[in-house]
Amino acid sequence: MSPRRAAAGGLVDRDRPVRFTFDGRPYTGFAGDTLASALLASGVTLCGRSFKYHRPRGVFAAGLDEPNALVTVLRGAVREPNVPATQIEIHPGLRVESQNRYPSLAYDVGAVNQLGGPLLAAGFYYKTFMGPVVGPLRGTRFWMLCEKAIRRAAGLGRAGREPDPARYERMNAFCDVLVVGAGPAGLEAAEAAAKAGKRVILAETEPAAGGSALWSGETIGGTPAARWAQERAARLAAMDNVRLLTRTTVWGYYDNNVLAALERVGDHGPAAAPGEPRHRHWTVRAGRVVLATGALERPLVFPGNDRPGVMLAGAAERYAVQYGVLPAARLAVFTNNDGAYRAAAALARAGAEVAAIVDTRSTLSDAARALAAETGAELLSGHAVVATAGRRALSGITVQAFEAAGGRLSGPRRAIAVDGLAVSGGWSPALHLASQAGAAPVWDETRQAFLPPQPSGRGWLAAGAVLGTAGTAEALAEGRMAGRRAAGQRAARSRVPAVAAPALDPHPAEVIAIPAPGKAFVDLQHDVTVEDIRLAHREGFVAAEHVKRYTTLGMATDQGKTSNVPGLAVLAAARGKPLGALGTTRFRPPYAPVSLGALAAERYGHLRPERLTPMHDWHVDNGARMEDAGLWKRPMIYGQPGETVAQAYVREAGRVRAAVGIIDVSTLGKIAVKGPDAAAFLDRVYTNTFSTLPVGKARYGLMLREDGLAMDDGTTWRLGQDDFLMTTTTANAGKVMQHLEYLLDVAWPDMKVHLTSVTDQWAGAALAGPQSRAVLAACVTGTAVDNETLPFMGIVRGAIDGAPVTICRLSFSGERAYEVYCGAGHGLAVWEALMEAGAAHGIVPYGLEALGALRIEKGHVTGAEIDGRTTARDLHLDWMLSKKKPFVGAAMMDREGLTGADRHRLVGVVALDGRPLGGGAHIVERGTAEALGESIGHITACCYSPALQRHIGLALVRGGKARHGSRAHVSDPLRGRFGPVEIVSHHFFDPEGSRMYG
Amino acid sequence: MLIPCPYCGPRDLAEYTYQGDATRARPDPATAGQAAWNAYVYERANPAGPHREHWQHAGGCRAHLVVTRDTVSHAVLAVAPARAGEPS
Repeated sequence: MSPRRAAAGGLVDRDRPVRFTFDGRPYTGFAGDTLASALLASGVTLCGRSFKYHRPRGVFAAGLDEPNALVTVLRGAVREPNVPATQIEIHPGLRVESQNRYPSLAYDVGAVNQLGGPLLAAGFYYKTFMGPVVGPLRGTRFWMLCEKAIRRAAGLGRAGREPDPARYERMNAFCDVLVVGAGPAGLEAAEAAAKAGKRVILAETEPAAGGSALWSGETIGGTPAARWAQERAARLAAMDNVRLLTRTTVWGYYDNNVLAALERVGDHGPAAAPGEPRHRHWTVRAGRVVLATGALERPLVFPGNDRPGVMLAGAAERYAVQYGVLPAARLAVFTNNDGAYRAAAALARAGAEVAAIVDTRSTLSDAARALAAETGAELLSGHAVVATAGRRALSGITVQAFEAAGGRLSGPRRAIAVDGLAVSGGWSPALHLASQAGAAPVWDETRQAFLPPQPSGRGWLAAGAVLGTAGTAEALAEGRMAGRRAAGQRAARSRVPAVAAPALDPHPAEVIAIPAPGKAFVDLQHDVTVEDIRLAHREGFVAAEHVKRYTTLGMATDQGKTSNVPGLAVLAAARGKPLGALGTTRFRPPYAPVSLGALAAERYGHLRPERLTPMHDWHVDNGARMEDAGLWKRPMIYGQPGETVAQAYVREAGRVRAAVGIIDVSTLGKIAVKGPDAAAFLDRVYTNTFSTLPVGKARYGLMLREDGLAMDDGTTWRLGQDDFLMTTTTANAGKVMQHLEYLLDVAWPDMKVHLTSVTDQWAGAALAGPQSRAVLAACVTGTAVDNETLPFMGIVRGAIDGAPVTICRLSFSGERAYEVYCGAGHGLAVWEALMEAGAAHGIVPYGLEALGALRIEKGHVTGAEIDGRTTARDLHLDWMLSKKKPFVGAAMMDREGLTGADRHRLVGVVALDGRPLGGGAHIVERGTAEALGESIGHITACCYSPALQRHIGLALVRGGKARHGSRAHVSDPLRGRFGPVEIVSHHFFDPEGSRMYG
Repeated sequence: MLIPCPYCGPRDLAEYTYQGDATRARPDPATAGQAAWNAYVYERANPAGPHREHWQHAGGCRAHLVVTRDTVSHAVLAVAPARAGEPS
């Protein structure tokens, strides 16, 4: 038998021993044990070293509020650090390591930090590592230098570097009533709602439902409370409209009753069951929420209160009753309330020797006295623990008479030899979820606790200890009432099962901190002491939020579950104010740590969808290097062996000017605009007129935003009287569609126009070059393609390789050019037919780089120039601004500031030193390579022009045209480029357009 | 946040695109002056409480909705199609 396992009792399965290792040493516990209870049963009291001072620490709590006993769980090569030992269910093969110790837990060199005690007070790092005012280590640079060493010495567990092979998943769930917490109140609430026919989800953090019923030792309806809870849970689980989720922590409460929960599906065994994830993230949309989250016990604060062996009284009771484990052989109890007497009695019944009960109060209830008598302990009312002794384990305590009203210690100090101390400073309702939902906690003087305010009615209800209710009978009644109300029923009082429990006084004394000298810890996990908080106050931090940040109180992984109220009490005392006047910090999600894997679930790796044109595989097979254009993949170049990108695009662009090239334009946004008002609609959204466009013709159009700045450009084809095909730039397809839909829905709901996005339905190929017509003539059937039938901006329909095509004669390159559209399914066949027909004419496929070079040579604008800051006039598109009709943006485009002569306007630039220009580089009038000079604009796009055989670019330059013919410099310090340029017209090549029209 | 689309039913926020203040009306280009346009394009109320907003069901039927939403509690108080005019 383990040294500390009680002879009988507990809910563990004594027939099923479970072996596990802690720091490499084998231990044995029973099925149903947590790591904490199994280690305690084995006599292990030292579980970890503290964050800052490396002080020895043991198990302090029994639930997710555990601040001390944080360990690292090893799963294969994966390390999961900072897991509370109280949250780990032991199972065969479990391997666990202690943390923050070197070389070993028992002999830790970092413990030397304790000797420097006062040195590491609040703000120590801010003050000490702020460097001198001048010099290489000035200001925070000194801190940055020291930080690495400091970070290694401080901190808790170490995360692994191996990828986590476990699977995680996400679930969405809907219910009428979500009950959070399956203690007596939650079980009663869930059953009341379920009986009313509602869909109920009942979520419980622990492995089994029951909450306090599992360790209270009470009877409910004549049945031992633990069995009552098991039967009740089994009954609920069997109902079709109830989903009981154990090992599930509801950690976030968001708007509209959306709650987030984490279910630990596979952590309690060696591996998740087949088909099951390790963790499951739940998003629950609940009609109503019943919070039955219980309360968290808080400690009393006194010197040496962190020594291994000091433990919350409720936790000690739970180890004795639920796990059949005695945390110590001979222990004392230190309390300011009656609750700890029940714990003392439970520990005595389980076989522990209770040496003394130290109570800060001088008057005690009869029930408490009766329980104290039962334990046989010496009852020291009006006393306090003022010190503890022991190194790696508690060996004794020192007590002194204490007057609670004045907070004064007096009389002789007396030592009592114990190896355990159960501490209770009262209970704090676990109102975190209510706080997340927006409720500001209210301090209740009698209960000495922050309580959730009365619920507003629409969202959550609450029942049990979360409301500050102490008794199980009241909790059952509140649970049933909340369940009925959540189900929309009248909240009539009804009989709940009778509870047999001692008549304890539920209200604790005000005392939280004992005014004795020595290091008294408030936040055990972050090593924040009473003196740290007082120091913060002396240095001017008076708000709870500021003290929290300065001292890091409550900012560890336990988020101050045990330290929040004690910390506020110390601050309140320092400020000479009642605690209620301070208020508390607002709780935010998550209530408890959440695995990142569960949040990501299956959403990792490459999340962006890829949009591929029908000709994508052809491009890849023919040497295209693809580049991203939004979600689309487009050919950048079709490189030949040994060719650089620059060589490839110069070759491709040269072939277009000399013979013919083909480019995939399927990515252009395409919107079918149909209806009797389609033409009038286009007149309103484009700056130029479309109602006059003949059927069978296309026109280039420009759209402005409502604020008068340029938005997008493209061609729109009139396919029929009421039937237009609008094209947009690839990048703006979605934005333009949304803009048009907004106008139709909101601004002009009476217009009879229907919009359909047909981007993906049509594949497109553009043929450009002097030989483009010859290529079409060789493969198009059903129509002629001569200049008369198909003039510039004309549209014809025909067929290529049997597939119906629509051909429009448009040019972006400045060459004679055509866009050929067909149904997406025919895209590849049409493309291949065009390539075959073009072979005799020397056709080449060309990519975006060549397209860019061709358009820069022509001075055509794209998204680089229509950048949300430029107007139509800035881009020399004033000729497209109709004066005969209103259009979107017309009213705002000529505002002051959008029309001045000093606007940045489109120009061309030519490098005079024969070196490449850079996109985004600045243009400066004067300056040198060293001095930046004043920017007069920037380069939007640049290339080596095969036609001009020079490095050219488009730029937006202050003054625009007025600078044509003048000299300036390109200044690009990031890329180390400085050199002379000439500012010229943006029409570099064939300004008359003779090549395009012929 | 859950917005009940009149066409599709209650749908998650992720399916919607916020499209701005629904309390402003686009000025009539024939009569409106610069000040009216300026107000339409730039000036917005920022009420704490019920507010009418345009939301497009971009991941669904693509209709623009007028959603009356409490900007403090995020409660959705009323929803109507923008094309039908005022919400009931």
